[in-house]
Amino acid sequence: MLVHTALDRVEQVARHWAAAGCPVALHVDLNVSRAAYERLVSALADQPMIRFCERHRCEWGRWGIVAASQSACELLLERFDNLHHVYLVSGSCLPLRPVPQLIDYLARRPRTDFIESATTADVPWAKGGLQQERFTLRFPFSWKRQRGAFDRYVRLQRRLGFKRKIPDGLVPHIGSQWWCLTRQTLSSILCDPNRDVYDHYFRKVWIPDESYFQTLARRFSTHIESRSLTLSKFDHQGKPHVFYDDHLQLLRRSNCFVARKVWPHANRLYGAFLNNTGAMNLAEPNPARIDRVFARAMEQRTRGRPGLYMQSRMPHPGAVQAPTSNPYSVFQGFSDLFSNFEDWLARTTENQVHGRLFAPDKAEFSGRTCVYSGGLSDSAAKRDYAPETFLTSLIWNTRGARQCFQYGPADRQRIAAFIARDPNAQISVITGAWAIPLFHSSCDFARLRKRAAELQKIETRQLSMLRSKETKAQTRIWSLAEFMETPMEALQEIVDEIGQTNSRTLNEAPQMADLAGFGQFLQNLKNQGMHPHLTGDFPLEEPLVVLPKRVSRPYLVR
Amino acid sequence: MSLWTSYRMRVRRRLRLLRCLRKSRELTLTQDNTAAIRPDDILLVSIFRNEGARLPYFLEYYRELGVDHFLFVDNDSDDATAELLADAPDISVWHSRHSYKKANFGTDWLNYLLGKYGHGHWTLTVDPDEFFIYPFCDTRPLRALTDWLCASSVKSFGAMLLDMYPRGRLDAERYKPGQNPMEIAEWFDSGNYTLKRNPDLGNLWIQGGPRSRMFFADNPEKAPALNKIPLVKWNRRYTYVSSSHMLLPRGLNLVYDQSGGEKASGILLHAKFLDNFADKAAEELTRKQHYYGSVEYRAYLDKLEDGAGPWNEWSEKYINWRQIEILGLMSKGNWT
Repeated sequence: MLVHTALDRVEQVARHWAAAGCPVALHVDLNVSRAAYERLVSALADQPMIRFCERHRCEWGRWGIVAASQSACELLLERFDNLHHVYLVSGSCLPLRPVPQLIDYLARRPRTDFIESATTADVPWAKGGLQQERFTLRFPFSWKRQRGAFDRYVRLQRRLGFKRKIPDGLVPHIGSQWWCLTRQTLSSILCDPNRDVYDHYFRKVWIPDESYFQTLARRFSTHIESRSLTLSKFDHQGKPHVFYDDHLQLLRRSNCFVARKVWPHANRLYGAFLNNTGAMNLAEPNPARIDRVFARAMEQRTRGRPGLYMQSRMPHPGAVQAPTSNPYSVFQGFSDLFSNFEDWLARTTENQVHGRLFAPDKAEFSGRTCVYSGGLSDSAAKRDYAPETFLTSLIWNTRGARQCFQYGPADRQRIAAFIARDPNAQISVITGAWAIPLFHSSCDFARLRKRAAELQKIETRQLSMLRSKETKAQTRIWSLAEFMETPMEALQEIVDEIGQTNSRTLNEAPQMADLAGFGQFLQNLKNQGMHPHLTGDFPLEEPLVVLPKRVSRPYLVR
Repeated sequence: MSLWTSYRMRVRRRLRLLRCLRKSRELTLTQDNTAAIRPDDILLVSIFRNEGARLPYFLEYYRELGVDHFLFVDNDSDDATAELLADAPDISVWHSRHSYKKANFGTDWLNYLLGKYGHGHWTLTVDPDEFFIYPFCDTRPLRALTDWLCASSVKSFGAMLLDMYPRGRLDAERYKPGQNPMEIAEWFDSGNYTLKRNPDLGNLWIQGGPRSRMFFADNPEKAPALNKIPLVKWNRRYTYVSSSHMLLPRGLNLVYDQSGGEKASGILLHAKFLDNFADKAAEELTRKQHYYGSVEYRAYLDKLEDGAGPWNEWSEKYINWRQIEILGLMSKGNWT
């Protein structure tokens, strides 16, 4: 048992092992003060089964930990004859199942060495790019204390093409440092005539505690089970996850023998597992649930929740696939062409349909409320202060229900580029439809002409953006004239894609605005020198389609 | 970061440290239990004025969480606060008659106390109406969090202010001393926050919530800042720049991930909207001791005259930290 902190817990756990008849060799890190060490020794003086071995200075990634394990194992093998397995644990390891269960489990597998051991080429565990190199370079400097020297020396050796020779007969393997080896394997390792050669070699290997026994066990063992009996999970920085009181049920169900690391103040865990006298249970350890929990945590730390912007997640625009959390639809020109488009769309697709969210005077939420989901305000000033955040918040707040909103050249334009680059956006545009409200307005013609020119300019710019290669949104663009040829087909296509209901055919058409005289209106604009080219070739005569009020037969009969 | 910027920041930090030493003369130690501070203790630093009603629950809450010692600056209270704290062995109090505003809104006092007593400690800097919650705060004490942060080599931990409010009028229910304020103010806005990077100090600038929605709908850039970094493994070289919103050196402000992941973060439940809110606002307006020439309080009073509260049908009712986490206002990061 290798310990360096929380010595009161160490005492408690050591007594637990000893009480079940397991001899314990304690290695106390030389960094622990003499007083604390002696307190622990005298506290455990009544325990003949608990022995203290020669102390070494242990530092992460260096030889001391291996030396400590060797000393402790030598002590055990020397003093206790009837051992058949030796289990290496740390001071923050906690036995989860009653020790007799472990003894029984091992007794049924007398020749098996439980040690995770894999060749470096085949596992992605190693951090910092030092896979094979941890065996072929020298690492005399501490990674924690002498980081600069460590990195420089690694670079120097790489540049010089330096390569250490791996001792004959060794095939480097790495794996978890918490193993359980048979007496035979362990004594073969410790009594090998070549041990000095191996020790000398591993002293300058990086993180030898993850490779010394793992490599040598391959040489001597007759039967390796390449897994650790200790449940030990690491996060994305290679730091072990810690268990707390609230993990009690999770740990219980895991059926693992030993867990690492347990927070020293987790009183409930220590209380529950050190007094655990469960019935004999032959189940194999099954850490799958815990694996999932920790994998999810890692995912949240490294990938996060897409589309969420908050105090501890603020990705650079280029760092994420989509800037929003869920798909949404943007309609341009539809509410100009159809007078009841919003209602109709809401009814047909059962989505949340808003008005012009980016209208200059205010955000037109569905139902025209002043406040919307999440407490979003309809104030134009608030929205325009950070339009991107306004949209990402709306999509995040309403995740689970698809949002649709109207947009157009008369609205605030700053958001347009953001939407165009968002793969979650589905944009449908009827170009030139902005001319319809102008046609219906009663302003004098000179002002209409000016306004038409403005809107056409904005929409042209917007279209070139939507057609550029940076655009990731899914776009559909029709000119007004084009759309009017087969409006139901176009609508059907969109509804098929975003509708929440299973009904495959439209049985109701939206109400089209009155277009009598619209062709003439466009002609008047042209006559004034303002060519509304975005509407397409709109006939001078009356509109060519009359939408049926109710479509009783599917349109595909056509 | 250019050498010049780095130099400029260092000078700025040193000036602040000097300034807080000068300002420390405005503080008189009136209740000294600092000898009881042990090397591993978690310290809480706070400034208050006339918070006799709030402090009983505040102390109870943070003692329960695992705060070992409280360092308070009493900015000239004229209520019974001093007697209330008198017998507690885990509280030290400094008194100051001087201007909160001229002490850089108390920041100089905080920096002084943190530098002198906080070196090497985990320190929590909160106002008396702020209640810190963090992932697993219902099952794990604060020390579990600080141990984990230490093991991850993290030195600062962000917690956004979340304004809490009651349903209906603010003055509908009277707050009783010792009562959990979240029993009354149990509602909040879940998703109307804006975030901007502060290019100068690297922190996030967060605004929004009910105060922005109600009082600053026409000039949102004036809305109060909600970003805070209250939990720091203090070092005497550190300094808060503006309340606990941001720090120097700037690395401490990077409590957010920029490549898509989420760092762990908490929330400060801000129980500002209670029945005495209008009185407090009126008082602060005459004392003129708050930010922006108290523009914030002026706005509050103007809007609150009719008594309408911030509650609306989209308000979210507070349940626990998990709810806040799911809503995306805080994150577990990879702590699990």
